[in-house]
This record gives sequence, structure tokens and C-alpha cells, in this order.
Amino acid sequence: MRLRARNLCKSFGPQMVLKNVDLDLDQVHTLAFIGPSGGGKSTLLRIIAGLEKPDNGTLYLNDREVIYSEKALMAHRRTVGTVFQAFNLFPHLSALQNITLPLEKVHHYYPAEARQVAETMLERFGLSEHGHKPPAQLSGGQRQRVAIARAISIRPKLLLFDEPTSALDPEMTAEVLEVIEELREEGRDLVLVTHQMGFAHRVADQIALLSAGRIIECGPPEQLLDDPRAEATRQFLAKILKY
Amino acid sequence: MRMVRSWFWVLPDERNKPVPWQVLCLNWALAFLLLALVCFFSFGQLRYNWNWETVGGYSNFFWRGWWNTLKISVLALVLSTLIGSLAALARNSGLLALRALSRLYVEIVRGTPLLVQISFAFYVIADAFRFQNRFAVGLLTLSFFSGAFISEIIRGGVESIGASQLESARAIGLSRSQTYRYVILPQAIRVILPALAGMFANLIKDSSLLSVISIEEFTWNAQQVSALTYSNFECYIPLAIGYLVLTLPITLWTRWLETRTRYET
Repeated sequence: MRLRARNLCKSFGPQMVLKNVDLDLDQVHTLAFIGPSGGGKSTLLRIIAGLEKPDNGTLYLNDREVIYSEKALMAHRRTVGTVFQAFNLFPHLSALQNITLPLEKVHHYYPAEARQVAETMLERFGLSEHGHKPPAQLSGGQRQRVAIARAISIRPKLLLFDEPTSALDPEMTAEVLEVIEELREEGRDLVLVTHQMGFAHRVADQIALLSAGRIIECGPPEQLLDDPRAEATRQFLAKILKY
Repeated sequence: MRMVRSWFWVLPDERNKPVPWQVLCLNWALAFLLLALVCFFSFGQLRYNWNWETVGGYSNFFWRGWWNTLKISVLALVLSTLIGSLAALARNSGLLALRALSRLYVEIVRGTPLLVQISFAFYVIADAFRFQNRFAVGLLTLSFFSGAFISEIIRGGVESIGASQLESARAIGLSRSQTYRYVILPQAIRVILPALAGMFANLIKDSSLLSVISIEEFTWNAQQVSALTYSNFECYIPLAIGYLVLTLPITLWTRWLETRTRYET
């Protein structure tokens, strides 16, 4: 993917969450946002996902400007897959129906087609025997894998993960991270917000560190994590690595 | 000793255990007995000449009234659900005046006695518009009355759906109306339905107030018989039973709906 941001600003009330963010990335497959809580990384991801409108500035995805009108955004959101920290599955639908709903109602698949796609997805993520279950009967890791299946079944041009493992036990974290790594190996374009430094190091082509609404540093993992240039990056990493 | 205790008493740490049906029967019987004793004593003290035979001669009044009450209640339920849904929609309307109107309607109707509303609707509003159909005025007033409560029930149900659900619907690209149809309503209905069923039981009892504008429902008929025969209790006891026959199944159904929603979530 090619991702460019010019002067992105966003505030919630009096609090400025993003301050003139600039990004210029070309030929990136996996981009990771890291940084302290409240630093603006989730907001930036949500702006890319079309779930939040910037107050100012422009965003270009693959050389096309993302237009922040409600109508254009709806179209934009239909081309990206977003996976949330809290899974956000629909509790009144089965795992299978969670996947078929967007296929049928948004992407106009025939019900049989949608079912076929959903079953293939569930099988791929080892969830075949859980298709009929409501989310309440699935483990956290299974729920997140259903959410990922829902996001990729629409063939998105970009997959976004907002702290996909923060609500999971370590064991389930591993199963979800494995899935994400697989997706990366398939050559999909991913953007993820994560606190898992080791994982970011392994999968990301580029890592951007956000703090206090600014991009402090952006670069490949070897440089940013192993040989950080900015003092703030060093401090952040020192704090994390201490524990 | 412990055996006898377990027939009548549940210890705190046994609260979650099911009670054996024999014990349940025994205690229900006990409760009924207590109630019956109070009734027997009270009526025993009463110096009253029971006059069941005369009142029995007017049984067709009761049947007709009961049937009318059932009709009014069912019609009012349909109408008030419609009105309540519209009021709930208006509450989130883009048009601010409509929002205010919905709020005003709900607060005024919920905060004033139905008796006043019925008189006002019939003697002032309907009169001003030269509208003389009592039945329609009564039905509309009753529908607007419970519609106000239903709109709050619906609003509560819709608002019980968390922000994360709406976000998720947005993220997969559902439109606003699709979000309502496929995400909000199917979940909200579980919260709404038990409350709505309970509302229906209230509606049936509230319809008795329509007797003040001489709509020939159950209570009005009972009052007629009472006036014709000079017998109060012989008319009010069947009246109470007649309402109970209508409301009790609904109350039980509501209970059942409530437990069902609880287990599913």
C-alpha cells in the first residue's frame, strides 16, 4: 500500500489527539503504530478506517484521497476490514451469520454464496464446528478469529487491527497473532495498533511511534526498535522493556 | 427438625438450588390459606345481604362488557405500539421541534392522571372538533396514554445497545436503516418485549376508566348492573375476576419472556 497523510489534526473537545500528523510511506505491507496510551495511535487508525473524520488535513490511500463526507466514507469503509479490541461481534447472530451479514446486506452476495464464503473462512481459521454458535459461547480467541474472518471475507484492500489482542489471555493472544502473521505472509496490506513490541518487530515493515498526538519516529523495526534516534522513542522503549 | 425446616425455609446458601415441587405446593397452599382466612374474616364481619340471583340475571351485561374490554385493549395495544414507535423515532429526529414535541407528549401524558386525560379529550378536544364517536375518542386517548410509556420502553431498548455494536455496524458498511434493521432492533426486541407484555396488562386495567365517558366496556356494564340491582359486591367481584382472567396469563407470559432473555444473554 501507499499511505500518505498531510497535516492531519483531530481533537475531542479541548483535547488535541492528533497534531499535524504527516506520513509518507510507499510499498509497505504491514504498518504498526506503537506508543503510549492516549498518544493518538488508535485515532489515526480510525481515521484511516473511515470511522473518524479529521478536523483538518488530508489522507491519501494508494494515491487516492479519502473523502470525509458521510456518503464517500460509507463506500470507503466497505473496502477496508476493521478488527477491534473488543471483537464487536453481533451477539444475536451465530458466528456464521456474523460473517454473512455484511456479505449479503452490504456486498450483495446471494445467501448461498455468502454462506459458502463464510464456511470457507471458518474452516480456514479452524472454526468449522463453531459456525452455529453465538459469540457468547466462543472463547475470546475464537471470537477474535471470527471477527478477523468477517473482516477479510469482504476482500478488503486494507485490513486494520485496533489492539486486536489487548482483551485476550496470553495463550489466545498467540493464536490471534499467528493468524495475523499468516495474513501478512499472504501479502495482504495491514495496519495495526499494538502493544506487542516483539510481534511488531516480527511482522511490520514500518513502525510509527506516536506520542502526544505526533509521530515521533517512523522507520523499519530494526532501526526504530533496535537503534532509535529520537529521545522520546528511547524513553518509551526503556519504560516498556523494563517489565 | 432439619427436615421440617427444609419444608418451609431456604437457607442463604441454598438460594440457587431448585425447590422440590412438593415443598412449593405446600407453601403456595399456605399462602392461599392465609389470604382466604383474611377474606373469610372480613366478609364474615360484613352485615350484607348477598343477592347473587338477581345479579346473575344480568350476566349478559358482564359478558358483553368483558368482550368489549378485550376488543378495546387489543385495538389500543396495536395503536399504542404504533404511536409509541413513532414517538420514539421522533425523539431522535433531526427536526428539533419534533424532538421537543415528542418529549412534551411523553412527559405530560406520563405525569397526568388518565382520568383527566379522558375527560379532557372527550369534553374539550373532541367537542371542539365536533367529533362525537365516544368509542374512537376513548380508544385514541387510551392509545396515546400507553403510547407514551411504550415510547420510553422502546427508547430504553434501543439505547441498551452498546456503542460498540453501532461502531461495528458502521465499520462493515451498513447504512443507518440497515443498522436498525439487522443490528439494533433484533437485540432491542429482547429488552422491549417483556416490558411491552407487562404494559399490555396495565392497558387492560386502565381501560376501565373509559367508563367515565360511558363507553360500554366491562366496568361500565358492572356499574350499570350495580345501579339496577343495588348490589355492589356481587358486581365488583365478577368484575375483578374478569380482569384477572385477562391479565394473569399476560403477567405469567411476561415472567417467562424475562427469564428467557436472561438466559440467552
